[in-house]
Amino acid sequence: MAHFDPNARPFSHKWLNERLAIDTLKRVLSTEYWIPKNINFLWAMGMVLAATFGMLLISGIFLLMYYVPTTKEAFDSVNYTIMSQVGYGWLWRHIHGVAASVVFLIIYIHMFTGIYYGSYKRGREMIWISGMLLFVTFSAEAFSGYMLPWGQMSYWAGMVITNLFSLGSLHLNGLVEWIRGDYVPGQAFLSRFFMLHVLLMPLIIIGLIVLHFGTLRIPHVNNKDGEEFDFEAEAEKWKAGHRKESKVIPFNPVFLSKDVFVLGIYFMFFFYLVFYHFEFAMDPVNFDPANGLKTPPHIYPEWYFLWSYEILRPFSKNVGLIWFGFAQVIFFLLPFLDRSPNVAPANRRGIFKIWFWLLLIDMVGLTIMGKLPPVDPWSKFGTVFAYTFIALWFALPFITKMEKPVGGK
Amino acid sequence: MKELKVLAVVVFFTLVTYWGVEPFAHSVMHKHVEGHNFAYSDINASNVKGDPAKGKAAISACTACHGIKSQGIKAPMDPVTAANTYGVNPPDLSNAGAIYDEKFLIAFMQDPAHAAIAKKMAMPPIMAGNAQGAADIAAYLKSIAPKELTPKEAFVTACGRCHANRYGKWTQIGDVPKTKGNIKTGNDVALEQFKINVAKYQDKLADYMGKLPPDLSIISRARSKEYLETFVENPQSHLKGTAMPRVGITKEGFEKVYAYLESTGDPSKPKREKTGPWVLGFFLIFTFLAYGWYKSQWKGLK
Amino acid sequence: MSNRRDFMGMALGAFTGLGALGALYAAKRTWDPLPSVKAAGFATIDLSNVPENTLHVEKWRGKPILIIKVAKNSKPNTAPNGNDKNAYDDKRLITVGGHKFMIVVGLCTHLGCIPDYFPDKHKFICPCHGGQFNAAGEVLKAPPPSPLVIPPFKIDGTKVVLGEEGPEYKKLKESGLVS
Repeated sequence: MAHFDPNARPFSHKWLNERLAIDTLKRVLSTEYWIPKNINFLWAMGMVLAATFGMLLISGIFLLMYYVPTTKEAFDSVNYTIMSQVGYGWLWRHIHGVAASVVFLIIYIHMFTGIYYGSYKRGREMIWISGMLLFVTFSAEAFSGYMLPWGQMSYWAGMVITNLFSLGSLHLNGLVEWIRGDYVPGQAFLSRFFMLHVLLMPLIIIGLIVLHFGTLRIPHVNNKDGEEFDFEAEAEKWKAGHRKESKVIPFNPVFLSKDVFVLGIYFMFFFYLVFYHFEFAMDPVNFDPANGLKTPPHIYPEWYFLWSYEILRPFSKNVGLIWFGFAQVIFFLLPFLDRSPNVAPANRRGIFKIWFWLLLIDMVGLTIMGKLPPVDPWSKFGTVFAYTFIALWFALPFITKMEKPVGGK
Repeated sequence: MKELKVLAVVVFFTLVTYWGVEPFAHSVMHKHVEGHNFAYSDINASNVKGDPAKGKAAISACTACHGIKSQGIKAPMDPVTAANTYGVNPPDLSNAGAIYDEKFLIAFMQDPAHAAIAKKMAMPPIMAGNAQGAADIAAYLKSIAPKELTPKEAFVTACGRCHANRYGKWTQIGDVPKTKGNIKTGNDVALEQFKINVAKYQDKLADYMGKLPPDLSIISRARSKEYLETFVENPQSHLKGTAMPRVGITKEGFEKVYAYLESTGDPSKPKREKTGPWVLGFFLIFTFLAYGWYKSQWKGLK
Repeated sequence: MSNRRDFMGMALGAFTGLGALGALYAAKRTWDPLPSVKAAGFATIDLSNVPENTLHVEKWRGKPILIIKVAKNSKPNTAPNGNDKNAYDDKRLITVGGHKFMIVVGLCTHLGCIPDYFPDKHKFICPCHGGQFNAAGEVLKAPPPSPLVIPPFKIDGTKVVLGEEGPEYKKLKESGLVS
């Protein structure tokens, strides 16, 4: 039975501590949450992502106050009411649109950082998998949000992506209609994607973010050299005042001070985009209202989906779908496809180094080809990039199996 | 410094990707159309000099169909009746002299369909008699036109009979009236009546043009300025076979029209430009302070 | 070291707070009524055809506006508070086009219900808690604490414009008849 001091003043430190254990909470979550010292700015991407998610949440709340989820009014509620009538409505919309795009840039940087430094291995598998789940839910969140302005791109993206669920020759048209609640994207479709975007997906994302943080707790954050050390012993050194010798730093305030500095630079970049360069995140085609009788001359997903879209395109319908599905799940399997015990940066891992840079270049190539119209020579390049992507993943277990142990630590 | 090298790699791949999906992709997707600065060089400059007085005397040839409000000449028909008769409402000529190219106007009055590069034109050719008569009327229209049009007047004159702009409360038959609903029923009969007239007009217009010309409220976001400029200069250059006629607007006239389109399409621009420097300035100082905090926290750690 | 660290951390915190204030201002503006709502804050009402001693209802800013062209004899049949004088002589009436009108926001000053008018009794009775007003909007029976509110108005010939403060409204305001 807990002890409660009857004389403690309500809401005093002692009073709160007895009820909420605030001292323990503060210690566990911040001042004695240990982070390796041997890191660079790429380790701040988690905080940058959290901050961007915060921007999306706040701007989204204000957009939600005026957005009307009906096929008749959605377009004008966004482009007229929010953009010209609501005080600072334009600011929220630009923040929301730009953040939705930039968040994927940071996710990709975060992912490739993890791949480069081997941060998905040896006890860190769940960090990687929960992160990939966040990638998938963010993708669903981005897609459902893209439906809401109900412009031409919303409508036709909704049409094309939901049609993927007919699963080629299986012709599951019933499933497609079930997803849409209609034969074509219409009011039912808009209403349910609105619900997904503002309620269900955010709830899942918040839950997954908590899980993602939780997965870090036991294996701890990786460091630049993949070095494994005793966090408790290092923490003791820090607490004893040997700050220079200790290999760890507390999350608050030491790690945080670097994060906040990186955040400052990031926000300058972010708000530069919001005020002066937002067009990239708001496709001109989506400023034409949805028209179910006219497909725009060029339709393409937002840039962050292009690489997997391009894997779909070079093949026949069924084969394309198979490889598209492959691209969606293969990253989840990375911790198990990498057969090497080495936890080290890619540049020390022989052929894996080449594999890493090839994968990065290949995905940039897929992304660029994914937006271009499917005509030669672009579709030829796209095909090469798609085959390369598949080959790289098939090669990975063999490359890593042959890998020599990295000496030293 | 090592971190700056890492940053350079990140920035490099980000910029390559950006270049690929934005400037490069758009240059592949959209064909480039060279603008000609509204020179209308396919039309020969008229060598006859127009006389406004003679033009005024001959204007009844025009006012059989067109109104000239600024001169107290009412249009002979209301827009809906006119659309029933001609397919489209003949424009009021009060401001025509201010935004149309004079050379174009003279050529237009002699052969409207040819000058407008349109397959169909309700206005018959040679209404103004010969080149001299056309030049006289053009000179007269120029003499009565106001020196400076507002952006909205320019839009209404050049585009407003075929294109609505619902964010600017403009319909093809005029501004949406300010009406009041019945207190007991909530019905607003006057507004419903107006909407019916707009619908009737639009149906006729769609028959005449082949489709309903799009609302232009946020066309400035959906198409680039270069596109709109070259499209208005010669619609066929972008959309071969489009029913949209060449309207023969001058460069200054186009800038006016564009100013209006931007005011309805991107109304937050002035506020954005005012707020932007403050926010960026805030984060600049924020970053400096954060750097100071970071340095003080990491002092003696390495 | 610890002094400087604290100073930098606090300076950064304070500056961030400044930014948060800016964001709060933007958020406040987002909650403001839209321009279209504010523009609808004016209503022009033509009073030339309003019959005598009949309740005429208009709408202004979403609220009911009660208008009565007050008859020469508008003495309420009963007045529990003793004030049963003829409403026609009340200073709160507004003269438009030679006739005297009661123009009030039709929400009981007690808790906001709409009182019903009984022309034969020359009085309003509120359905919610039984408050009573005479044909000039003065309280005849509690609980309403004060007379029905006169909205800002401007007289324009036989019309009134609600939402604008004309000289007649200002005069009423000076004499303390409207708040």
